[in-house]
Amino acid sequence: MMTAVKERTQVDLTVQPTPIEVKSENIIAVRNLEIFYGDKRAVNGISLDIKKNSVTALIGPSGCGKSTFLRSINRMNDLIPGARAAGEIIYEDLNILSQDINVVALRKEIGMVFQKPNPFPKSIYENIAHGLKFAGIRKKTELDEIVEESLQKAALWDEVKDRLHKSALSLSGGQQQRLCIARSIAMKPTVILLDEPSSALDPISNAKVEELIIGLKKDYSIIIVTHNMQQAARISDKTAFFLNGDLIEYDNTKKLFTNPSVKKTEEYISGRFG
Amino acid sequence: MEKVLPAKDRLLKSNKSGLNGELRGKMLVILCAIIMISATISITIFLGTKGMQSFTKNGISLIEFLTSTKWNPTDKASPMYGVLPFIFGSFAVTFLSALVAAPLGIGGAIFMTEIAPSWGKKILQPVVELLVGIPSVVYGFIGLSVLVPFIRENVGGLGFSLLAGTIVLSIMILPTITTIATDAMSSLPNHLREGSYALGATRWQTIRKVLVPAAMPSLLTAIILGMARAFGEALAVQMVIGNVRDLPSSILDASATLTTIITLNMGHTTYGSVENNTLWSMGLILLIMSFAFILLIRYLSSRRKLR
Repeated sequence: MMTAVKERTQVDLTVQPTPIEVKSENIIAVRNLEIFYGDKRAVNGISLDIKKNSVTALIGPSGCGKSTFLRSINRMNDLIPGARAAGEIIYEDLNILSQDINVVALRKEIGMVFQKPNPFPKSIYENIAHGLKFAGIRKKTELDEIVEESLQKAALWDEVKDRLHKSALSLSGGQQQRLCIARSIAMKPTVILLDEPSSALDPISNAKVEELIIGLKKDYSIIIVTHNMQQAARISDKTAFFLNGDLIEYDNTKKLFTNPSVKKTEEYISGRFG
Repeated sequence: MEKVLPAKDRLLKSNKSGLNGELRGKMLVILCAIIMISATISITIFLGTKGMQSFTKNGISLIEFLTSTKWNPTDKASPMYGVLPFIFGSFAVTFLSALVAAPLGIGGAIFMTEIAPSWGKKILQPVVELLVGIPSVVYGFIGLSVLVPFIRENVGGLGFSLLAGTIVLSIMILPTITTIATDAMSSLPNHLREGSYALGATRWQTIRKVLVPAAMPSLLTAIILGMARAFGEALAVQMVIGNVRDLPSSILDASATLTTIITLNMGHTTYGSVENNTLWSMGLILLIMSFAFILLIRYLSSRRKLR
């Protein structure tokens, strides 16, 4: 099946010289994306464009395929045995589902933050320096600089600057999550994927993370999966509503929440199911 | 209508009816615990008093015992009781076998958990379990009939050597290290792996920089448990190490360990004789070392909880 994906990519590239035009305001174009876990299809041929320097929210009930879709954008699904994808995710002008993609390099450009804060059991400083060392940055002064800059951007610097060499696990859950965001930012990505980043946090930490996400969109394109519809409404520019692996509606957040064009969307956001 | 008992008859502790079974069960498990604890304590006390006799009753100097390299307890004129060569032998085979088995065991554990979790585990797991089941006399027998001649003909020396003891012990402690290391690696939370991969780390970088450091206290515990087993093993080592009383000068020299000297000599010394008492002293050293190993493991696991 993996070879089938590859063949399909090549066919598309040869039949259409400019297969899919990614408009300059968009960073990612998804076309007919299908994702399977073994025989089970989790995402049924969805297509959408992700705008550059904006926050795109993915909402929908549990098991609707939104997290699966998110994880396919930086190929984290590769780690799951039996998971495979068909269709295209065009990033700049490349189909990143292709077998020729160096996923290690891809994940440096498309970072990810997970539901549960997952700092490494090391110091705060080391947590950020770690990814940089993976990328080959070794000079102490350069590391120091990027660590500070990333923590500043993640609005964590003032809280941790006096204990950079203390264990990251001594931080509160909200601080740990912002550290994970800082860790991601340090790699200088273009896209940051957030998988329910504040569902494990208390309301105050949640508010801080939301504020941070809004601030980040001037430098990065952000795609966020959330179960919390108020959160989607508060922070996102565009919202995509998923149901049973289908993309039901994708529109400006304001429009989708106030005047959805599909009945299912209206039922979901008004809490009639899900 | 049925008569309801007053609350003090139903709920007070002094009303024993419902608590009898509870009490019996409690007594039973307390008894089990007491037997285990008293067995350990009495062995320790017995070994302690017995092991001290060669110093208190027979007047052997503790310093001489631990530092002299001359062992000749049967000399009528001037018997000598230096066990340093055996202490050295015990430590040498222990550390050398850990040096061989630790990388192999941890490597195998990483292979099973990170590289090929499906088929690797299917093959390696039974292999490791099989290694545990082989009795030590069989390891010794194989070592004696295959390894010793092989070393004699291809490497040099008599064949009976520290090297032979090290190799046999490495294979014997390999399952211990592999099993515990595998548990340590597979119990690492998956979000550590995901976090690392999401930062653009390769699999090797993830293993080396994130997973192994995170599992380090448990991996050290695995190695130390392996070393404790190596330190205490007697039979298989005795069959291949040569059992000479001199300090070995190379890895190809024959040697002896505390355990091999005890098993070799306990049969032909009379209970209560000076030589017999010195064997007890060696046993005491083994006990003290195993306490030290346990303390080390305790310390490491307390550090693990802290993180």
